[in-house]
Amino acid sequence: MKKSRVGVFVCHCGHNIARAIDIKSVMEKIRKYPGVAHVEDYIYLCADPGQKIVADKIKDKNLDAIVIANCSPNLHEKTFRDLVESVNMNRFKCEIANIREQCSWPHDQEREKATLKSVKIIESVIEKVKQNQELEPIRVPLTKKALVIGGGIAGIQAALDIANGGFKVILLERRATIGGKMAQLSETFPTLDCPQCIMTPKMVAVAKHENITLMTYSALESLEGYVGNFTVKIREKAKYVDWDKCVGCGDCTEKCPAKVDSEFDAKLSKRKAIYRDFPQAVPNKFVIDAEHCIKLTKGKCGVCEKICPAKAIKYDDKDEIIEEKIGAVIVATGFDLFGLEKVGEYGYGKYKDVIDGLQFERILAASGPTGGKVERPSDGKTPKDVVFIQCVGSRDPEFGMPYCSSICCMYTAKQAMLFKHAVPEGQPYIFCMDIRSTGKGYEEFVQRAVEEDGVVYLRGRVSKIYQDDDKIMVWGADMASGKKVEIPADLVVLSTAIVPAEGIKDLASKLRITTDEYGFLKEAHLKLQPVETLTSGIFIAGTAQSPKDITDTVAQASAAASKIMALFSSKEYIRSPTIARVDEDVCKGCGICVNACTYSAIELDTIKKISKVNEALCEGCGACAAVCPSGAMQQKNYTKKQLLDMISVATEDYDKG
Amino acid sequence: MEELSGQNLNACNQCLKCTAGCSFVDNMDLLPNQVIRCIQLGQEDEVMKSKTPWLCASCFTCVTRCPKGVDLSRIMEAIRTLLLRQGKEHINLSGSEFKLPADAPQQLFVSGSRKLSG
Amino acid sequence: MAENNSDKNIVYYPGCTLHTWAKSLSDTFIESFKKLDINLHELSDWSCCQAVFPLARDNIMGLVPAARILIQAREHGDILTTLCSFCFNVLRRTNNAIQTDGEIRAKLNAYLEEDYTGDVHVLHPLEILKVMVGFDKLKSKVTKPCGNIKIGPYYGCQLIRPPKEMKFDDPEDPKLLDMFLESIGCEVVNFPFKVECCGSYQIVQGEDMVADRAYAILSNARKNGAEAIALSCPLCFYNLDTRQNLITQKYTDFSPMPVFYFTELMGMALGIDEGLCGFDKHKVDPGILLESLQKSSDTQEHVTVKNDQNKLGVN
Ligand SMILES: Cc1cc2nc3c(=O)[nH]c(=O)nc-3n(C[C@H](O)[C@H](O)[C@H](O)COP(=O)(O)OP(=O)(O)OC[C@H]3O[C@@H](n4cnc5c(N)ncnc54)[C@H](O)[C@@H]3O)c2cc1C
Ligand code: SF4
Ligand code: SF4
Repeated sequence: MKKSRVGVFVCHCGHNIARAIDIKSVMEKIRKYPGVAHVEDYIYLCADPGQKIVADKIKDKNLDAIVIANCSPNLHEKTFRDLVESVNMNRFKCEIANIREQCSWPHDQEREKATLKSVKIIESVIEKVKQNQELEPIRVPLTKKALVIGGGIAGIQAALDIANGGFKVILLERRATIGGKMAQLSETFPTLDCPQCIMTPKMVAVAKHENITLMTYSALESLEGYVGNFTVKIREKAKYVDWDKCVGCGDCTEKCPAKVDSEFDAKLSKRKAIYRDFPQAVPNKFVIDAEHCIKLTKGKCGVCEKICPAKAIKYDDKDEIIEEKIGAVIVATGFDLFGLEKVGEYGYGKYKDVIDGLQFERILAASGPTGGKVERPSDGKTPKDVVFIQCVGSRDPEFGMPYCSSICCMYTAKQAMLFKHAVPEGQPYIFCMDIRSTGKGYEEFVQRAVEEDGVVYLRGRVSKIYQDDDKIMVWGADMASGKKVEIPADLVVLSTAIVPAEGIKDLASKLRITTDEYGFLKEAHLKLQPVETLTSGIFIAGTAQSPKDITDTVAQASAAASKIMALFSSKEYIRSPTIARVDEDVCKGCGICVNACTYSAIELDTIKKISKVNEALCEGCGACAAVCPSGAMQQKNYTKKQLLDMISVATEDYDKG
Repeated sequence: MEELSGQNLNACNQCLKCTAGCSFVDNMDLLPNQVIRCIQLGQEDEVMKSKTPWLCASCFTCVTRCPKGVDLSRIMEAIRTLLLRQGKEHINLSGSEFKLPADAPQQLFVSGSRKLSG
Repeated sequence: MAENNSDKNIVYYPGCTLHTWAKSLSDTFIESFKKLDINLHELSDWSCCQAVFPLARDNIMGLVPAARILIQAREHGDILTTLCSFCFNVLRRTNNAIQTDGEIRAKLNAYLEEDYTGDVHVLHPLEILKVMVGFDKLKSKVTKPCGNIKIGPYYGCQLIRPPKEMKFDDPEDPKLLDMFLESIGCEVVNFPFKVECCGSYQIVQGEDMVADRAYAILSNARKNGAEAIALSCPLCFYNLDTRQNLITQKYTDFSPMPVFYFTELMGMALGIDEGLCGFDKHKVDPGILLESLQKSSDTQEHVTVKNDQNKLGVN
């Protein structure tokens, strides 16, 4: 074999690496390592001058492989591989030795050991890169159609963006209409636009867009395949109303005798078993809620069938499974509110006039059960003293939610303000821990609420709430005056913690993406890849990722859409070639690898008695190579020999230092 | 005090929920949250001369509701314990000047003296 | 725990107050459990549990008396019960500390030269009634239902808090005593102050403070419709009944409200000798109950006409 000429470039990463590691002595040791032709350091290798040094030295020193000793390959492997390609080196002849996350950061206080460890890390990577093969990326065809799961404002925005970019989109929503939580809101901070004005037009645009297929009242059944080439199965739930015939007249709903708490009005009103969430629903169609329909549960009734002028009622409707090919997915399943029954001291569920923020939105909304007149649930009286309580469940590790729900400070200020506008003689009080108003125009909004609308803020948590005659007594405290306070309120509104939408865990596991410790969808990198997941081709947006307001939700949705459009803009999808490969002469066809593969990428050729790897499906995880008893199955550029050599270099003489 | 109470006083973020629920604040010179605040600020002497720890009845309401899992009743007890160990009894229940009501249950005498006289 | 454990002894720890000051609490409990065919083995030769659970981390010695009681109990059975809420709090928390805190367990065992790991179950009689007897069965044994008397169940502090250790019931809206009262035929009144503190031993340094607390609790119960209070702790009884005169002195709008140990009500419902109830020891005339019982046994149907307010005087 030709003698290698490896170049090693050591990055200081400012102080990040240089502080913990003696870079000079690392370089001296590496210089002596067999096959190393050049060693150099620089303060920021990833910056322009750093990259230039690397490119120049590859040419000047006639290097045939390089090792960059710096941060995690997640961050800059691609940067440097692109760079070497520009000077005609195969991208797989460039490897990263991670001496930051795996060395300087964790060993900040042990310079000598850290220095030794980084030498070992670099040496083992040199060993690997010397044996790397020159590989060419795999190109696979791409289905340029996206699936967006969740029809809230995030899903709507993403679907519209992708569709406007000229690509096909399926928008999947589990309720009968799109709109999500935003459709339930009264007016929105900080501009006080009503969602009817700013969102309904978008909903209509979705319905009319030729590139969007709207699938509501549906759920994801399964997703198989890989980026660019997914197959999705969608369950279209039985609606018991033929949507091709239903004209949305609503005659059925009027006569239906079965009453159920309305989800849209947050249980403040009743809907019927045959219903639509709200009159502006998109699509403007009715469904029968099978669980509560008298005909479907007891076989009696059948009123709607008699009434419906369009003959749309279909009691024998069935779920349908639809299969589609798609290239990428956005998950935008939104949020729910934390179950307040668990906060016993606040008496939610026990006292009618203790409600949550979404319920108050419905009370304030012109589209709500009271037509926007502020009336309290118990007796319909107009409340005068209204107490708002922030951080109910949020920032509360004892309830398992140490995080900030991020929107409550603002919507509470908004609700207090809107209440004051509706009931000028009323007095809003807000108990808070502090006010978080960091968005554009937000702090000004809060100041307006206080100065112009007389909203009184008290800094302190509330300990107990109880009914006292027709008042709701609130025991709180006020830091500024250093006093315990008791407010006899007419209505109490709890700003409840935001939690991920129900069923998110199940959905995430079907999609093979991860959730964080609270169940929010996990991004690939919080700062640099906030809309990507670790599964390529699957993106996330909106409150499904973390609590956020509409502004941020929309921004994230557009970001996710643009990622997909970037993906769809190339002719084919380029995949990494570091996948599994069978040595056909060695393979005995035992088939153990077939079971080890989670991606179903290996097939057994029963005639030749050998395993075969499907290059399009293989993700290069290495599970097969690890179980293969004969050593026939190897992962390209991660061969058994390479790995063993790396281990022995890394461990030899370690104690002697 | 942290050791004696087993509580991390830095965990308290001064949300005041303890104070909001305490039944005895009317008579206290430091609010329950202020007891922790003083210690956080290094003003232990304020706490040691305060009436508050003696007025705490160990009803555990604050412990039950504290969002940060701080057991304030143990902090109050730590303060009482330190004072009692310095020989500073709050009330000498067995002393001659104190008259326990004649109709009181034994339980009152035992609990009161364990808390207030050590 | 097995559903039916009647062959097993339940060990009963009375504590400092139960044979004297709160005799009726103990007597009615023992008699009632006899009627329910539950064997109690009363610990002999016990010492005081110290009434308050020691909260200072280094106060291991404070746990010794309770640990002794637990170890003593182990010799006679695997369930220990006690009535007084203070004793219950101390015994359950001590047992819990022995189970979960290795350091405490080791130190206590070393000191006591024992090997106790916390395997005794410390159960409140209400828990025994729920789990081992069942409220349905209790109901079936009632001979004199309490009629229409509206009772506010008062839990106080030590029974339910701190919830992580006591694990007795929902700390904000406990229901066990409610369920018990329903099963013996009372009309139960839920009131928000059922978990507020009565002032406890603080009466020794401020009668006023306790008067305020007691006034708040009893008025809140009355406002929600209660005519009487049921509770389980002698000190609560002292503050709410024995010293109710403090309230009447301070608050002119307050009219007296009778207070009962839950076991007294159970005893009456199960038809034990009324003499054991020690109603003469109550400072607030419990006549309302007796009248209600009278009515309920007069009529076949228990659901009789509403009982108007009874004028009750302070003895
Ligand atoms: C009381 C209150 C007031 C607010 N006021 C304001 C305000 O004034 N200004 C502001 O900027 N923000 C406000 N917000 C925040 C705002 O509601 C959110 O930022 C926004 O609704 C987030 O949109 P989303 O699409 O991420 O989630 P959502 O609106 O929750 O939409 C998610 C959608 O996905 C669907 N879905 C969920 N799971 C699945 C599944 N498995 N399969 C298919 N579909 C699924 C849901 O049915 C829903 O339609 C407020 C929030 C609350 C609670
Ligand atoms: S058949 Fe069902 S949906 Fe139709 S009217 Fe009757 S209850 Fe309502
Ligand atoms: S409730 Fe807990 S966190 Fe809040 S002030 Fe009191 S001790 Fe601190």
